Amino acid sequence: MTSIAQVQGRRSGIDLSWPTFALLSLILSVLVLLPLFWLAFYSFRSDTGGGATLDNFIALVADPTLLRAYGLAIAMALGVGLLSCVVATPMAWLVARTDLPGRRIIRMLVTASFVTPPFLGAIAYEILAAPNSGLVNIIYRSVFRLDSSQYLVNIYTFGGLIFAIACFTFPYVFTLVANALDKVPSDLEDASSILGGKSMTTLRKVTIPLVLPAMLAGTLIAILQALTMFGSPAILALPAGFHVITTKIWSLFQFPPRLGLAAAAALPLLIITIILLRAQKSILGRKGYTVLGGKSGTPRVTELGRWKWAAILFVFSILSLTILLPYLAILKTAFTGTVGDPINLSTLTLSHWRFVLFEFSATQLALRNTFLLGFLTATAVTAIALIVSYLVTRRSVPGSRFLGVLATAPVAIPGIVLGVGLFLSYANPTFQLYGTIWILLIAFMTIELPAGYQQMSSAFSGVHPELEEAGRIMGASRLRTLWDITAPLLRTSVVAAWCFVFVGTIRELSATILLTTANTKLVSVIIYDLNESGDLGAICVLGIILLAASFAVVFVANRVPVLGGSQMNARG
Amino acid sequence: MWKKALSAALFASGLAVSSAAFAEAPAPYQITPELEAAAKAEGKVVFYTATDVAVAEKLAEQFKTKYPGIDVQVERAGSERVFQRIGQEYSTGIYNADVIETSDAVHFEYFKRQGWLTPMVPQEVADKWPADERDPDGNFAAYRAHLSVLAYRSDLMKEEEAPKTWEDLLDPRFKDKMVKAHPGYSGTVMTSTFVLSQLLGWEYFEKLGKQNIMQVQSSTEPPKKLAQGERALEVDGNEYNVFRLIDEGKPIKIIYPDEGTPLAVGNAAVLKQAPHPNAAKLFYAYLFSLDAQQLNSDFGGLRSFHPDVKEKEGRTPLSKIKILHSDPAKLEPEIQTIKSNYEKYFGT
Repeated sequence: MTSIAQVQGRRSGIDLSWPTFALLSLILSVLVLLPLFWLAFYSFRSDTGGGATLDNFIALVADPTLLRAYGLAIAMALGVGLLSCVVATPMAWLVARTDLPGRRIIRMLVTASFVTPPFLGAIAYEILAAPNSGLVNIIYRSVFRLDSSQYLVNIYTFGGLIFAIACFTFPYVFTLVANALDKVPSDLEDASSILGGKSMTTLRKVTIPLVLPAMLAGTLIAILQALTMFGSPAILALPAGFHVITTKIWSLFQFPPRLGLAAAAALPLLIITIILLRAQKSILGRKGYTVLGGKSGTPRVTELGRWKWAAILFVFSILSLTILLPYLAILKTAFTGTVGDPINLSTLTLSHWRFVLFEFSATQLALRNTFLLGFLTATAVTAIALIVSYLVTRRSVPGSRFLGVLATAPVAIPGIVLGVGLFLSYANPTFQLYGTIWILLIAFMTIELPAGYQQMSSAFSGVHPELEEAGRIMGASRLRTLWDITAPLLRTSVVAAWCFVFVGTIRELSATILLTTANTKLVSVIIYDLNESGDLGAICVLGIILLAASFAVVFVANRVPVLGGSQMNARG
Repeated sequence: MWKKALSAALFASGLAVSSAAFAEAPAPYQITPELEAAAKAEGKVVFYTATDVAVAEKLAEQFKTKYPGIDVQVERAGSERVFQRIGQEYSTGIYNADVIETSDAVHFEYFKRQGWLTPMVPQEVADKWPADERDPDGNFAAYRAHLSVLAYRSDLMKEEEAPKTWEDLLDPRFKDKMVKAHPGYSGTVMTSTFVLSQLLGWEYFEKLGKQNIMQVQSSTEPPKKLAQGERALEVDGNEYNVFRLIDEGKPIKIIYPDEGTPLAVGNAAVLKQAPHPNAAKLFYAYLFSLDAQQLNSDFGGLRSFHPDVKEKEGRTPLSKIKILHSDPAKLEPEIQTIKSNYEKYFGT
């Protein structure tokens, strides 16, 4: 009896992977391919007559404003990637592998800077580092008694833009590298020491190569984020008088819209991204990087000794720039009349709070929509990413790699372009989705899928199949092994991916801006609307509300024991 | 959908006007108890507007006190964004908005051609509004007007140093000092760019573009950048925002240049597919009432075409200012040229 039951259980388990595969292929194809199809269609369609044409692609090479926007966007993205990597890697090492004091707080603070929507960070830096009204410059002038034409920093520049974006993208690199360092077992490093390697040699020859995949993956995410980012460039680059490609594409939607040109202008972004992803693959492909097997020791800790103070200073200055200063600026602006006002009893006011909470009619609706969508998107994406990355990394079904490609593809679609693609796909008599939150849910799922998938698949490739093989040998089905063995091992990653996606959804702006209507307003959009009319006080109030709520969600997700809170705590 | 908006914009301007035969404006209506009751039954009105959000919300509040039980949902964005949004919505069959208002007169010619508006004439408009400030067919009327003004921080710039004319802005001493809004976002700035390019030529903007001007989007924003002290001089921006900031005690002064100051007229209309038709009718009539127009003037600093509105002391009356008028029919075919020239000279 028992043996028959086992056999049957096993059979039904195996059978399940095909329907799952088919269902996922269908979902992902609809999510990803449909908008891409419309994009391709429109890129060959004349903006003026409606017939088939190559004019859009000719304009792409002939129009100097488009080429310039592309050049600047690429330079900006590389700058952001480089800066993020250079800052985040040493910091991650310090936090994961040294006796630096306050490591846990540092991790929490970095998470905080990840939760900060980049557009809010950009606005905070407008408040801090605008050449004349920026608080830093005001202080600088009053300390050195300089006249009003002098300034120390100017955020409305190309360098300023890179800096302001990197402040809020470096956590991608940090998190991935720190997690990888947590997992690198000490045996390899011990071996190096036993063979006479000094600590720097071990670091250089063993530890760094082991975390290289995480570094590259993190940097790549940072580059792609910057390349496809809309909010920060719209806030900082436009005042400086230049376009990056996303803002340029956005400007093509202004009346009269030039959809074909916009679609054509988006395609090179897709190609660049595919090239980058291939490059990453070929770098990583040559080496095996399994770091979490069935047998591993605890990570070893380097003692900093006399370098401790330098390390503390380094970490503190990074955290000041990415967390403390922007947050203080936002707080100050939320409670004083205008940005330039000094802080004293007469300038303190609750007028912005009164306006946002009681006078501004969009607030409540936007908050409700934002959190509902964040929750739905995070749950759906994590579930899909978990199953897809399992199918892909374990190659359980022939052709499963196709799923991985589909799940990564949206990373190449700038949110704003996806917004158009979705608008074209779902705003027609067949799918009456425009004007509902469902079109936003589809948009967010598509946008966040690559992030969720990247997280889950790197977690999967870190878990050696030997553990699952053991389960399979004992007679459990694939899904059962996944559920009983792999999922618990990946619990922290699943929670992290969920939080990633949740936070990513909440701060999404570029696709949202084309897809919201009066009844489906989101906080990010009203912040952007308010920024365009210069209401910084109200923005800061909304920003504080948004941040407080996001922190609460992330905090709860990480503390609930069922979700793996204990592991997180133990690691410190 | 998009195709419609697009082709219409590029080709239909001439065709549609000539081919359509419009009916006479409907008879004026008054706010009757029946209308009020019907509006209350609907309970809500959705207002798409380009007026500064604080002013629009204030107006909504006053409406709600006057007609309790009817909620006003204010959706504020820049004129061109409001236009883009309503275009997206109407071309896909989504009818959220009841009453619409932007500061770009071209939009209303376009709505009218598309047949998106319900003609109706509140009694107040029929009685008091000048004939050229309302649509002869009763589709829309000028709800507000404002100038796009030069202004400066009087604590950062002495009065004798401040510019007196548009040409003065080209002086090297104003380099790095100016802030300006964008014609692709703001209907006001689209209008002002059009009239100034006709008056002074594009060479003027080419030279102005070399002055390292801070570029913002909405025409409500340059006055706020002045208030923050981020820049000392605004090239354009809503006069009404400047009035409001002056009322708050900010050291800002307006300049009405010798060559003239561009005027932007903000029309309002009721949409054909308004989901709350009676509330829309009531709200629309209310927008032109003396109460609302006086509030716009006092709290909002807007100019009104209502002859009984009393302007605050200290504000230069329109009659004393040389005004540059714009003709929406001439502006419409120029939009693409204005945008591409603007990008050439200002970078965005």
